[in-house]
Amino acid sequence: MTRYIVRRLLQAIPLLLVISLILFVMMQNATDPLATMGGRTPTRPEDRARLTRQLGLDKPVYLQYIYWLIGNDWTKVDLDGDGVAETPGKRHGVLRGDFGTSIVQTGRPVTTVIWERLPNTLILMLTSEFVIVLGALLLGIYSALRQYSLFDNILTGLLFIAYSMPIFFVALSGMYIFSINFQRWGLPHLPTVGMFDPKIGKTTGQIILHMILPVFSIAFISFAAYSRYIRSTMLEVLGQDYIRTARSKGLPKREITFVHALKNASLPIVTIVGLDLPLLLGGAVVTERIFAWPGMGRLFLDGIDRGDTPVVMGILMLIAFAVVIFQILTDIVYAWLDPRIRFD
Amino acid sequence: MTTTQNLPDQLLVTEVESPPLTLADLTWRRFRRHKMAIFGAFVLVFLFLYSFGGAFFVTEKYANKTNTKERLQAPSAAHPFGTDTVGRDILARTIYGGQISIVIGLTAAFVEVMVGILIGAIAGYFGGKIDSLLMRFTEAMLNMPTLLILIIMSKFFSDKIANVNILGRTISGSVIVIIFIIGLTSWPYLARIVRAEFLSLKEREFILAARATGTPNWEIIFKHILPNTIAPVVVNATLGVANAISSEAYVSFLGMGVRAPTATWGNMLENAYRYIETAYWLWLFPGLLIVLITLSINFLGDGLRDALDPRSRTV
Repeated sequence: MTRYIVRRLLQAIPLLLVISLILFVMMQNATDPLATMGGRTPTRPEDRARLTRQLGLDKPVYLQYIYWLIGNDWTKVDLDGDGVAETPGKRHGVLRGDFGTSIVQTGRPVTTVIWERLPNTLILMLTSEFVIVLGALLLGIYSALRQYSLFDNILTGLLFIAYSMPIFFVALSGMYIFSINFQRWGLPHLPTVGMFDPKIGKTTGQIILHMILPVFSIAFISFAAYSRYIRSTMLEVLGQDYIRTARSKGLPKREITFVHALKNASLPIVTIVGLDLPLLLGGAVVTERIFAWPGMGRLFLDGIDRGDTPVVMGILMLIAFAVVIFQILTDIVYAWLDPRIRFD
Repeated sequence: MTTTQNLPDQLLVTEVESPPLTLADLTWRRFRRHKMAIFGAFVLVFLFLYSFGGAFFVTEKYANKTNTKERLQAPSAAHPFGTDTVGRDILARTIYGGQISIVIGLTAAFVEVMVGILIGAIAGYFGGKIDSLLMRFTEAMLNMPTLLILIIMSKFFSDKIANVNILGRTISGSVIVIIFIIGLTSWPYLARIVRAEFLSLKEREFILAARATGTPNWEIIFKHILPNTIAPVVVNATLGVANAISSEAYVSFLGMGVRAPTATWGNMLENAYRYIETAYWLWLFPGLLIVLITLSINFLGDGLRDALDPRSRTV
């Protein structure tokens, strides 16, 4: 088992390096960080040249990548523009945990900037995942127990429609109906955007109220995939011999469904949850934009718009790393839950 | 009278329908029983007529004409779908936007299928080091959140391609960028399927026979193995079209996709969320069209999957 984990981790290293190199080169060429520097556009050519040097943007891209990766404290950089590298570099590089400093929020370390936003994204995403799994379990088990019934057929159709909807359409429709029109009709309504009402403050109740629409928008389009999956694994398990044995010895139906069947059917669910969770971090981009949720997705979009390469790279690396780690974790949990699986 | 009248019904069917059914016949027979797939096909034809036939009734110039005096007007007789933030007619823009969205969907899926087949075929056929290298790369692509990559790539390429003239129409260069970046990020799933098919097919006798007669590798790959993988490729290409249309919509929604004045159903939604309280028609009509087209393509793909699945070969 340990050998398996070590091998997987070692395999992940070249993968992350290649991903980071491609993304870095693209990011570096996509935007001009100086054009939008925190709103104070440096127009004088000498200012531009000085800032370019300070940010290290005058170096060729491969050197910038190396500095980003392993830092530049082993060499000297030229800050005053006389062609002589005299100032020792201060960066430690990503491999030593230094993701650099944000360009937009001048001087603040990227890790701080991301950590500020990460909890907001996590609270939204983990709640959504919880709602998705809970709802999909209910729907999936119910339609598996009543296969080909009217309920099963209608549900299948509805879920298929939900599955085909882009999240922005669901989010906008939800917002239009439950906040704007409910308000117009004088009914209790949900808030449209933001994380809390500035007049009331950041209380738990406010955050929950503001989370309802985004969470259900995300859950709505994801129910289909999960509940279809649960339905098919439930159907498979329900056809097994041990279920027939359980039935024939007269166990109550509830116990068969929720103890004997669900326990075995829930194994594959671990896999999809494990693989989906890190991707949800990135999938939040659209949801966070619509609901003005101050999370990582919006940080990412702002970073792209304003050429904040260190922050964008930090977010991407965080997600890529999370994907790799979650894959390994999923495999471990799976092997732990199902003793038939052995890694060697 | 003929002797067939005395034969039992069972025999009659097999005797009378003696010409063997082709794959297309078999597929069609199963496909037409899939009601939702037929419904999807009809909706698709309708949307196709709407976008391409509608061009005979309104000109592109009208669709791109701004008129700030008539901005943000609610649906009326003059503007059945209302007008947008700079006074363009939304109905006309959904017609021309539909053309671009459909073209993006089809061509991006084409790019996806080409790359997917090429990588899957090479990995599956040659195996060994090439296979493990290509598959590691495929996994890496599969693991990255596609939307974020699309955003970065679109930002990177957006201003590097000039506008193009096709059939007397000026189309933003960003359309071409979007087609390629969607095509080049969506192939991994298809490549894995093609590879799996190749892995099993290349061990079969007919491939051994082809090799024994000295058939070159490329001919075995493209003439002997590839035609046998057609079923999953067709299904995935179909679903790929829906996927490409919604990917374009996502990127354009965030304002990083196709640039104005070229309309797509996706970029019509850009900034629409800012007007949610005042102008629902900004997002409702293009949004509904996107939902309708992805839904009907998904139904179609679902029907094709059932119809082409070799495990359900009973007619």
